Amino acid sequence: MHEFKTNQHNKTYALLAALVLFSSLGNVLLSKGMKQIGEILDYSPAALPPVFLRTFTNGTIWLGIASLLVFFACYLLLLSWADFSYVQPVSAIGYAAVAVLSYFMLGEIISPTRWIGVFFICAGVALVGGTEPRGAGD
Amino acid sequence: MRTTLFIGITVLVGAAGDISVTYAMKQIGEVQSFRPAVLFRFLGRAFRLVWMWIGIAFMALAFFSLLALLSWADASLVVPATALSYVAGAFGAKFLLHENVATVRWAGVLLVSMGVALLSIG
Repeated sequence: MHEFKTNQHNKTYALLAALVLFSSLGNVLLSKGMKQIGEILDYSPAALPPVFLRTFTNGTIWLGIASLLVFFACYLLLLSWADFSYVQPVSAIGYAAVAVLSYFMLGEIISPTRWIGVFFICAGVALVGGTEPRGAGD
Repeated sequence: MRTTLFIGITVLVGAAGDISVTYAMKQIGEVQSFRPAVLFRFLGRAFRLVWMWIGIAFMALAFFSLLALLSWADASLVVPATALSYVAGAFGAKFLLHENVATVRWAGVLLVSMGVALLSIG
């Protein structure tokens, strides 16, 4: 029983890590790809097809889409055993991780309000993460 | 009024999407092996369930509602407000999926929700 729980915890944490990684990576790649396309200024029906063509022939966009598909697959696999009320709040750690990484790696300025937000998310994730992923809820 | 309505749609329909997808995955049962062939078969079974497609349709609707909302309302209002989806999700999990959401989980959900809102307010 103990071994089963440890195994289940390990695969929960591994999938959560993959979920956070691929969701952040996917969004960053989509953002980078769209910046390569350039700002869309003309929304007329005649102007949109070339924009779609440029978007869907962009390699970075496809890498972003692939990352988000991997994220969705991890999400589904996790939900095959873990409670939704566990997975949803715990996966919010990605928001805090992106803020902290932006500060340390990109030198972005994080306002005090945002740091408080990061602290709240970490505290919330610690509380929910301390519960059993499935069933018990406590 | 229109903004409040669309925030409500985005939050509630988005939560309905997640709940439907979770319901579909619980019907399939726990994945036992992580070998690629097994995973593909497992996910293939999931995408043959009606609830999976209902969930994806809800998620798409919530996404388009968010896009519409962002076309007229300030992102500084809209994005923090969508942090309410954590609370809506916990209610859905308790009352629709009948999960046992203990007090400590509620506290965690509220903290995460406030944290995401604060992070987006900046």
